[in-house]
Amino acid sequence: MNAKNTACCSGTKPNAHLNTPRGWNTKYLTVMTALAALWWLAYSRILPASHRLVFGLLGMAPDSHLGAALEFFIYDTVKILLLLAALIYAIAWVRASLNIERVRDYLAGKRRGLGYFLGALFGSVTPFCSCSSIPLFLGFTMARIPVGITMSFLITSPLINEIAVVLLWGLLGWKFTAIYVAVGMAAGVIGGFVMDGIRAERWLQPFIMESMNNAPAQRYVNESGQARKLTIRQRHIFAYGEMTSIFRRVWKWVIIGVGTGAALHGFVPENWFAEHLGTGEWWSVPAAVLLAIPLYSNVTGIVPVMESLLVKGLPAGTTMAFCMSAVAASIPEVMMLRQIMTIRLQAAFIGYLWVIFTLTGWLFNFLGPYL
Amino acid sequence: MEIKVFGPGCARCTEAENLIREVVAARGGDITVQKVSDFREMMAAGILSTPAVAINGVVKATGRVPGRDEVAAWIDDAAGPASDCGGN
Repeated sequence: MNAKNTACCSGTKPNAHLNTPRGWNTKYLTVMTALAALWWLAYSRILPASHRLVFGLLGMAPDSHLGAALEFFIYDTVKILLLLAALIYAIAWVRASLNIERVRDYLAGKRRGLGYFLGALFGSVTPFCSCSSIPLFLGFTMARIPVGITMSFLITSPLINEIAVVLLWGLLGWKFTAIYVAVGMAAGVIGGFVMDGIRAERWLQPFIMESMNNAPAQRYVNESGQARKLTIRQRHIFAYGEMTSIFRRVWKWVIIGVGTGAALHGFVPENWFAEHLGTGEWWSVPAAVLLAIPLYSNVTGIVPVMESLLVKGLPAGTTMAFCMSAVAASIPEVMMLRQIMTIRLQAAFIGYLWVIFTLTGWLFNFLGPYL
Repeated sequence: MEIKVFGPGCARCTEAENLIREVVAARGGDITVQKVSDFREMMAAGILSTPAVAINGVVKATGRVPGRDEVAAWIDDAAGPASDCGGN
């Protein structure tokens, strides 16, 4: 009933105003190559440059805490911002033709087991703003996608995205990144199974079920729902738009996160956590998760903090459990989800996150010495 | 002409709404811009991700803040006689 077929008139007319796409492409390629070379040059000079700035130009004593913290702050901020700019652009370029409507149509009718995996996978690669979680949830449900699959999507989407991967890779290395992504995916897939296992759809707000019974399964055709053949220029416009808009939103998080990290780095003595609370008591993990669930942070802010916590001797499992729960849920989000979920479903959801991240923390605290 | 901006009120939704109001104000004409934050209405329109923009009931963009030129082109499209798109 809501299918609006506007196939012929709303598609963007590719390059209607541009007479020589080939000429534009050549110019684009040249400029991008030059920019990539410049980027690489800048990236490889950050460490010596920040060292010189802090200890040379500002004249800090080489062994002072303030100097160390400042160098760390400048180095990490510049490094992360450079990495983000380049990688958001590249990733957006690749996924310009992917959008949520197509994901939804693809997921509708998938078998459950595979569905959870695909839901979690799409949750991690689809661009997503947390304020979309309600329309997305409703739209998926209207398309008769099982609640568990939607939950898989909603669990991984804040946890894993290109920003998280860039930051983890840049600050903590590929091993940690791989583990983080694997754990995030697993949390999503298992979450899907659990939610359908407890028949979570019983605990949705009743109006959702009513609308579902009154409306046919939605499939939706519109401008963005069609498979578009994109030109390089259109991809560039999309990628550039994504880059500037994401960058504008996250740069302050990077500064806050790295600032907190730098303060920890410069002023908290080495192994402070290990000596005071990180000796790996079993209860420290569930306590950390419980503390972090209501906290609001996004991935951009938390990863630099993670780095410092690890350096100061907090066990890897505890750190990961704490940070993932801070990202996955927060009070504002839970308040928002109240409009579509009853309190029982929310309790089940938060309970699930608590259990799964606690198990994660224990597992990696145990495995930590062998990694 | 009726333009609807769908969004519960996050930063990007406000950005999209302001941008469209600016384009409309600069252009003039009989255009109403309405901000929709009711989830049921979004559900009825088939909106999955916000911000989303619909002109005369046709969804033009979802999940992103559209470009200024893009919005202007949509309005031109909807205002002018779209001769090549009769059919349905």
